[in-house]
Amino acid sequence: MSHNVVDKKIVEYVSHLARIDIDNKEKERLTYELSKIIGYIDKLKELNVDSVVPTRGGFSETNIFRSDTAERKDYFVDMLKNAPAQEDNHFKVPKIIE
Amino acid sequence: MSLELLDLHGWEISQKIKETKISEEEVFSFFKERIQKLDKHINSFVEIYSNPVRESKESSLCGVPIAIKDNICIRGKRITCASQILNSHNAVYDATVIRALKDKGLSIIGTTNMDEFAFGSSTENSCYGPTRNPWNLECVPGGSSGGSAAAVAARLVPFALGSDTGGSIRQPASFCGVVGFKPTYGRVSRFGLIAFGSSLDQIGPITTNFVDCAHLLNIICGFDEYDSTTSKKNVPDFTKSLIDNIRGLRIGLPREYFGEGLDSEVEKAVRETAELLEKEGAKIVEIALPHTQYAVATYYIIAPSEASSNLERFDGIKYGMCKKNEDLLSLYKNTRKEGFGREAKRRILIGTYSLSSGYYEAYYIRASKVRTLIKKDFEDAFLSVDAILTPTSPVPAFKLGEKVDDPLSMYLSDIYTISANLAGICAVSFPCGFTKTNLPIGAQLIGRPFDEETLIRIGFTFQQRTDYHKRIPPLVGG
Repeated sequence: MSHNVVDKKIVEYVSHLARIDIDNKEKERLTYELSKIIGYIDKLKELNVDSVVPTRGGFSETNIFRSDTAERKDYFVDMLKNAPAQEDNHFKVPKIIE
Repeated sequence: MSLELLDLHGWEISQKIKETKISEEEVFSFFKERIQKLDKHINSFVEIYSNPVRESKESSLCGVPIAIKDNICIRGKRITCASQILNSHNAVYDATVIRALKDKGLSIIGTTNMDEFAFGSSTENSCYGPTRNPWNLECVPGGSSGGSAAAVAARLVPFALGSDTGGSIRQPASFCGVVGFKPTYGRVSRFGLIAFGSSLDQIGPITTNFVDCAHLLNIICGFDEYDSTTSKKNVPDFTKSLIDNIRGLRIGLPREYFGEGLDSEVEKAVRETAELLEKEGAKIVEIALPHTQYAVATYYIIAPSEASSNLERFDGIKYGMCKKNEDLLSLYKNTRKEGFGREAKRRILIGTYSLSSGYYEAYYIRASKVRTLIKKDFEDAFLSVDAILTPTSPVPAFKLGEKVDDPLSMYLSDIYTISANLAGICAVSFPCGFTKTNLPIGAQLIGRPFDEETLIRIGFTFQQRTDYHKRIPPLVGG
């Protein structure tokens, strides 16, 4: 099993995409662990799947529709209470636009 | 009366309440006191409610306490998925299954411990510390619904709900000696279950026996307009499948599940289960599920991919934890660094990698295609058999800490349970023996899509001939 499937650069890139900050020690550990795991997963390359249709979900019998009617739920106040920061009935975020 | 409660099925307790032989309050206090006295050794509960959460009074399980895995929403109650990132979150609505339990008058007694976001097979990845196996406190209870399985095994509560994405109900049920049922994908609404792998997740019951299991399935199964993946298929009365007769049923033993890595005591117990079923009139046939060896690799692309997408919402803005910062990107990154545990980060990164540009075809698409092959294996097998019998886990409960630093070996402990999730079919683990060191052994029955009934019938028949499900761990009064 190769231990170089995933290198540090990939771990840096992927953790940026996933919006998770990682320190150097974690980066080293994750590089090792992910290499081992992805190395094992590469076992799937043994199979020829060219003509196989991918499965995306469980049992999609038919499309399930419901009428598009608005419902008033009283979640709003409770949802805001769970937010770390709020002001005037809105979620509060750091400045995004300069 | 009180001690007798330990030996009663949940539905029998409800009977006693109806006959006014015992009051609901007495039942609730009895189990609450047991939790308070014994759970300090096991750590199966996250929160114990001082008063039962319940509403209606009419059903076959009315007044019986039930515990809920900490990833299912109960309105107004704390829900954390055993993660720091949700440490102060209160559910703002009821999951559809919780609505159903309330409508049927069950008493929700509290929430149970789990691996963070259901990522794990040992309940060691929890911000509340690990749950211990009531049969041996040095051992794990399995995971990720380890709290639910351990609580039921220790008779701290008659039954519980768990969730199963790759074996998270069945594997802990097997380690703890209880019955854990994963219904067919689409049978039970996922609305209000905090999502892990949306194409794999199912909520299911953990009970000591098949009778309670059938009663609980009656309550939680059915179409839900809030979950577009639930099926409109008719839900049968599962208690009608509590039939002590399996004559003529064909049960397959897949040769791939009895190979390298299978503990000899587990193998012996499962083969003896097959012999008992054969004696009762079932026909046992050897079958093949040729793509079994690819199931773990397939799952560890698909499940983390879906998880990485589902967990994007934990960003420090809408929920719980926030590491405040001047700029938004650093706020996201620091919150997620501090809020997620090791295994959660690992899975998010594997998923992000598999879905990222340049790797998507090679990993996610390829795995989705292999998933089709695994599903096809079962379709072929079910042309000639009515159910499939396997071990639930290759080994009995392992020691705490044994696999925690070796993620791949932890992943491989789900080798026999993962395929049912990938194929979307129903499966159940039930106790079928004990090791020489008195640890439970679980057998798994896998069924055709939407044929939970056959599994209940086989399991019920088995439990009429055996007493494994009646044994109570010595540490908690057995």
